[in-house]
Amino acid sequence: MKRLIAAFLFAMAAMLAVAGTAYAQETTSEMLAAASKEGKVVWYTSVDVKVAEVVAKAFRAQYPALEVDVERAGSERVFQRISQEYSSAIHNVDVVNSSDASHFLYWKQQKWLAPHTPPDVMRFPAQFKDPEGYFATWRATLSVMGYNTKLVDAKDAPTGYVDLLDPKWKGKLVKSHPGYSGTSLTGTFAIIKLLGWDYLEKLSKQGVLQLQSTTATPKSIASGERVVMVDGNEYNMFIEIDAKSPVKIVYPKEGTPFVTSPSAIFAEAPHPNAARVFENFLFTAKIQQLTASEGGTRSLHPDVKDPPGRTPLSTIKLLPDDPAAMLPQIADIKKRYTALFGN
Amino acid sequence: MERDKPAWLKATGAPRRPLVSRARSFDPTTPLSLAFVLLLATLVLLPMFWLVVTSFRNDAGRFTLDQYRQFFTDASFLKPLVTTLWTSATVGVLCVAVAAPMGWLVARTDLPGKRLLRILILASFVTPPFLGAFAWVLLGGPNAGLINQWYYALFGLKAFEAAPLLNIFSAGGMVFVMMLYTFPYVFTFVANGLDLVPGELEEASAILGMPAWRTALDVTLPLVTPALLAGYLVAFLQSMTLFGTPAILALPAGIDTMTTKIWSLFQFPPRLGLAAAVSLPLLAITVVLLKAQSTIMGRRGYAVIGGKATATRLLRLGAWKVPALALFAFVLGCSIVLPYGVLLRTAFVKNWSGPMGFENLTLENWRFVFLEFSQTRLALQNTFELGLAAATVGTVLVTVVAYLSVRRAVWGHRLLSFLATAPVAIPGIVLAVGLFLSYTHPPLVLYGTLAIIFLAYVTKELPVGYQQIGAALKAVHPELEDASRIFGATRLRALVDITGPLIRSGLVTTWILIFIGSIRELSATILLFTARTKTVSVTMFDLRESNDWGPIAVLSITMLAITFALVSLIDRFTHRRIA
Repeated sequence: MKRLIAAFLFAMAAMLAVAGTAYAQETTSEMLAAASKEGKVVWYTSVDVKVAEVVAKAFRAQYPALEVDVERAGSERVFQRISQEYSSAIHNVDVVNSSDASHFLYWKQQKWLAPHTPPDVMRFPAQFKDPEGYFATWRATLSVMGYNTKLVDAKDAPTGYVDLLDPKWKGKLVKSHPGYSGTSLTGTFAIIKLLGWDYLEKLSKQGVLQLQSTTATPKSIASGERVVMVDGNEYNMFIEIDAKSPVKIVYPKEGTPFVTSPSAIFAEAPHPNAARVFENFLFTAKIQQLTASEGGTRSLHPDVKDPPGRTPLSTIKLLPDDPAAMLPQIADIKKRYTALFGN
Repeated sequence: MERDKPAWLKATGAPRRPLVSRARSFDPTTPLSLAFVLLLATLVLLPMFWLVVTSFRNDAGRFTLDQYRQFFTDASFLKPLVTTLWTSATVGVLCVAVAAPMGWLVARTDLPGKRLLRILILASFVTPPFLGAFAWVLLGGPNAGLINQWYYALFGLKAFEAAPLLNIFSAGGMVFVMMLYTFPYVFTFVANGLDLVPGELEEASAILGMPAWRTALDVTLPLVTPALLAGYLVAFLQSMTLFGTPAILALPAGIDTMTTKIWSLFQFPPRLGLAAAVSLPLLAITVVLLKAQSTIMGRRGYAVIGGKATATRLLRLGAWKVPALALFAFVLGCSIVLPYGVLLRTAFVKNWSGPMGFENLTLENWRFVFLEFSQTRLALQNTFELGLAAATVGTVLVTVVAYLSVRRAVWGHRLLSFLATAPVAIPGIVLAVGLFLSYTHPPLVLYGTLAIIFLAYVTKELPVGYQQIGAALKAVHPELEDASRIFGATRLRALVDITGPLIRSGLVTTWILIFIGSIRELSATILLFTARTKTVSVTMFDLRESNDWGPIAVLSITMLAITFALVSLIDRFTHRRIA
């Protein structure tokens, strides 16, 4: 028996040697020391740039020896950049966060991700983490509708997607682009499942201002550039409302797309230890609460409380995302959408 | 030793050399020249070579015409081509329509405030066009744009109910904004053209009793027609190759141009063959137009060329001053005053479309950009490194090349001159496609490094630098060098001690021009940057996609401040030369 255990241990050690360095899951002092030597972590994220910098600032405050490089772009753009870089053997990204959850399925298939389960994720509900520990939902948001309260009265405001086809909204709508934004892609996919392409075709005849990011559409209606937003981040709407902008959220009566936005570490990360310190940090109750309170995102951390004044998720009719079903259709959706709405 | 040269070199008839250098026994500049021909050929021709090859190759590496077939049959490519052609043609017409009278007014009339007007025209010349486009989104957005807000307020109208005064998100809006930052090219052509045309013909016409407007139309206009045509073509070319302006103003309206189409082909997975096939027609158009331009300028023979004409009697404008100044006020107001104003305003407010009240004022955008935004440092650092490297290497390169080719002292001087001027015909985005194709595979993988962007900048700026240094060198008579060499100085010594100091201001101007050209570059960088090699221009482009106008305004102002500081440096140096 002893020999068997020894052989087993030997085999384990050999496997570890083959697999390269083994990393602890929690932030140990050795990990932190190694991370400090690496000096920084490169974070590709699709979260609003100001929210991203709030997180980065908190990280620098907690780990003064570590710098964070924030590279923000729309989820689909983040995906393209990583693909482009990896196809040219450029390994620049350490930690990635994207609102198109299907990206993580793809990266996992490609064996580009490193398994890592931050301690806090152990307590997350099972549907919000990968069973093999390659990724977990760092934040969630809703793809909501919204309107400018100065330009439209509450009684005239649209209550759902179908309302937007009313001629009175012609030239007043703004929408983000599924070719750029993961939230928009996830939300648009949910709309297609619910109402069909026929709906989008009719919508495209409404003179919709086509923006790129779901972080941009709430800013557009806040500035009065457009009256009604077809899709946009709920968290950007919270930020606008906190800043006293004249906007109001509409949770469409047909249902509101629920968009999970996972986080993962790349296997070829140039700063592997700093990446793990950062990933653990992202999932702590403190940062989850910070992004929920200041960034307006929804957290799946059991200890996080929604700030007062936010509609509880339990009272909203949600359309859950389905990354596995979406993954094979992405190229087709983008193509058909672009034909209707432009680039 | 002349007789030691290989037979083939003698047989091809090495170009005639000036007497002095022919008398030298061994000329080390010949291998130098050869090296520079090779260097420039690699810079300029290698990307074009890969562009052509890739356009005829399918994914399996076989010969194909499919990509061209797709380009010429697919409406999603033909439509952007048509849009590009008609919008560029319209920009050209508008530029001539505003710049011709402006040039004439400055050169031939007693218009007041000419110095200020010229400074403002220079300002719109150096304003990066995409900054102008950003500013015009804030001014001319159909509902929240400030001009439309004033318009609604003035006439008691309501946004969304009444039609906006202007909608900048349209082909027309794009044409207008392109015109605002392209007309200085035409103005320069006209103003310089008029400087060369002697005033006697116009005076004769005036003495014979022609009213001033007939003189202007019947005498002056025909004389500057070549300059106008050349200006038109340059304006056409400029607008055809812009990327930022159409991406910012036309894409939101669902309108594609050739440059935005090429860019969209680069979204992952990049369709390189198609991108190459779409790029080449753009290249062909620029080559044809530039050829036309040089033919037109070459035929300028009937305007007397013989140095600067004698001072012309300036026409008294009288009451016409009002409409004349109104024209300048409109054009310069739209290209400088309003855009700079709105950028300044946006940089200091919370809500860019809100009223300018005390509660809307903030320094938050500045704090965010310079203290929090982690891209700022990286982007500024990359931009400056690229600018310094491109300006320094570029200046050295064009100086050597210009010296070798202007002095015609060596074999290959014609080739050098061709290679140094050729990039003027290559649109930035096309050059970027070529560079991408050349340097993403062995032997030299430069994609992902600053080096590939550096190559783009140096190549793009070659013609500007070459023209500057070439002109400076032509002004230095070779006799001065010859004299020093007769006294025993080596060629290098003569260069350093005699020619160098004489063209110093030319060198400084070249360096600064390349630097300014590099720090504002967007259309090539947009295809070549990676996260680690971002510049300020692409950072701003990224911020636009999330409508972060405050930080965009802060970065714009920073960029403009740097540009104007450098322009005033040029001004000091060139004035010193005159004094």
